[in-house]
Amino acid sequence: MQTRANVELTIDGRAISVPQGATILDACARLGIATPTLCFLESLTPVNACRVCVVELEGARVLVPACARKAESGMVIRTDSERVRHSRKMVLEFLASSVDLSTAPDALRYCDEYGAQAQRYGSAAATVAQPVKIDNELYVRDYSKCILCYKCVEACGADAQNTFAIAAAGRGFDAAIATEYDVPLPDSACVYCGNCIGVCPTGALMFSSEHELRERGLWKEDEQTRTDTICSYCGVGCTLTLHVQDNDIVKVTSPVENGVTHGHLCVKGRFGYSYVQSRPENE
Amino acid sequence: MLRAIRKGAKLYVVDPRRTSSARWAQGWLGLDVGSDIALANAVGREILERGLENREFIEHATSGLEEYRATLAPYTLEYAQRVTGVPAQAIAELAAVYATAQRAQLCWTLGITEHHNAVDNVRALINLALLCGHVGRYGSGVNPLRGQNNVQGGGDMGAIPNKFPGGQDVEDAANTEKFEKAWNATLPRERGWNLTEMFAAMERGELDTLYVIGENPAQSEADQSHATALLRGLKHLIVQDIFLTRTGELADVVFPASASWCESEGTVTSSERRVQRCRKALEPPGEARDDISILCELARRLGHDWPQYSAQQAWDECRSLSPWHAGMSYERLDALGGIHWPCYDESHPGEQFLHARLWQEPLRGPRAPFAAVEHDPPVEALDDAYPIRLTTGRRLDSFNTGVQSGGYRSPLRRGETLDISVEDAARYGLSDGDEVRVSSRRGSVVLPVRIDPGLRAGLVFTTFHFNDAVATNVLTIDATDPQSGTAEFKACAVRIEPVRTAATA
Repeated sequence: MQTRANVELTIDGRAISVPQGATILDACARLGIATPTLCFLESLTPVNACRVCVVELEGARVLVPACARKAESGMVIRTDSERVRHSRKMVLEFLASSVDLSTAPDALRYCDEYGAQAQRYGSAAATVAQPVKIDNELYVRDYSKCILCYKCVEACGADAQNTFAIAAAGRGFDAAIATEYDVPLPDSACVYCGNCIGVCPTGALMFSSEHELRERGLWKEDEQTRTDTICSYCGVGCTLTLHVQDNDIVKVTSPVENGVTHGHLCVKGRFGYSYVQSRPENE
Repeated sequence: MLRAIRKGAKLYVVDPRRTSSARWAQGWLGLDVGSDIALANAVGREILERGLENREFIEHATSGLEEYRATLAPYTLEYAQRVTGVPAQAIAELAAVYATAQRAQLCWTLGITEHHNAVDNVRALINLALLCGHVGRYGSGVNPLRGQNNVQGGGDMGAIPNKFPGGQDVEDAANTEKFEKAWNATLPRERGWNLTEMFAAMERGELDTLYVIGENPAQSEADQSHATALLRGLKHLIVQDIFLTRTGELADVVFPASASWCESEGTVTSSERRVQRCRKALEPPGEARDDISILCELARRLGHDWPQYSAQQAWDECRSLSPWHAGMSYERLDALGGIHWPCYDESHPGEQFLHARLWQEPLRGPRAPFAAVEHDPPVEALDDAYPIRLTTGRRLDSFNTGVQSGGYRSPLRRGETLDISVEDAARYGLSDGDEVRVSSRRGSVVLPVRIDPGLRAGLVFTTFHFNDAVATNVLTIDATDPQSGTAEFKACAVRIEPVRTAATA
């Protein structure tokens, strides 16, 4: 295999060398510089949708997205300038003023870090609030919580599942993720792999089990255990992370860094666990 | 596979049904059920005819080419077209693309193995890999895609009548002595029976006691009524399962077990020979116990002084006896996210692919033999009384007899249907949802039809996921492959009679 040449760049005054093809985000990670991301996931193609990872590139007119921009030799980058902090803060404020981020721990943490104050836009600020879509018994779609990061579209499409059940519909502030003609999921092409839930950073897409427990005030994430095991169905050997609360599986994920799954599962692995908890006390 | 297609790989799908995989394929070869060898032999003949074989590899590492070549003589493209129903042109294209590819894999599932000549089907495919040297190199190979999370591991661990753990033959005295010494016990010198042979032995009255662990043969066996009658005739039946299955209902003793993948510790081996750890996430319900604990307890009641093993202790014992698994400590399995066997010691990374020795200079070990195999159609031919071919299979959201998958609320689940071609639906005057009686020589079931444009005239499809509602396996034939013991679930002859239209239902 051909070894790729390295590129040398400077980030926040520190020199760093990364393999050709690495992104600015990769380079930042090597230097231990924490960069906020919402629409980025290592298993998906970057779409530059959220702009929360932007950094200042010397000589560039506009801020550049760290997640997508490839590192180039001689780049001089600043990640903690006033301009960068201000831009990230504004992005987070706009999101927080229009979207319900209550189940988006990363976004909330970034808001804290960057001092984003969504409330300064007042109660009249436009929001994407709408009723939760509950049209099947496996997962719910709460687009009041959607930041339009496109991860679900990518996971449903060419980056993982190749089912193409969802896409962005509408324009501008009215843009939303929807099935074809906005039909209910059971009438769509959806195969319920739940890979959209797996990549959703805000809890807009959520297991019905989690949604119901949250509605009843019984979701206790602090008390949950997470155990990695192997799916009980076919011979692929997918790692499942079982999220267990009170001896019940309440959610199933898979580690994005897992070499077999890259975080993706099928309907049986993701949802087909109830047979191990159809106990008399659950009936 | 879709990821590979996105990177430019070409996919050819050989399947009697135009499946969802076929939608992504460069070519779909919709052959007649049970004509796989005719197709494979025609591909082989075409490759040789056009001089596309890998002569260097054949000479270096294989044996039996001339006999194979002689067998192929009658399998012309025209003959294959007649037998398989696949256009000659498509067969020729597949042959050329496969033979000239830098790297190529043959992947298959039960469409190859659930036939009365399962092993011959597999050998016919292996022939093609040998012919082109598509084996023993990264990215190439022959690849049976396993349908269960540990069907590979079960065999690897010796839950198979002719092998000790690690593929060690039980009829090799050196192996037997090694295990006798380790276990301080006398072991049988001859191989045992496989599942099919056990049923045959029940029929002869030679097997009257059966201990079933984690299997539901009362519903999963072909010719279900017959299989169930044999199970009923046993003197003693023990069933160890996480559910009271239909087989469990027939049992004299039931041992409630914990679920192996989430209520106990252990390992499983996936289709790619990757051994991975299962971990306990839940406390099992009621009196259910870990399989190892049940087996040890049973041994003690039988008068043997077995200690209480942990899963890790059992695994470490296995590693001490199976060279394939020797290097796979729990610590390494955790750290590496699983290891492919063989893994001979704790510095060995595990083998990403097998048979690399076939390329080594000089060749070490035996040559890989071509197998002269002939087309042999399904045991049950179609006739006027049973003019339709039934093939059975699975659907995405369900699993085998439905014991595991029946409980979750899948929006994809439509219940059992008989999938039927557009042409046959018209011929029988059927619409979606109309009920039909499907009868074979062994039994009959009633179920609704679903018109599937992916099926050709004369072929119907159903599953056995909803066995309590539709006992599909009362229809299937228990014609079995003499070498593998697999039944011909993929091909039986049926007739269809409309029972009730959906409109009046």
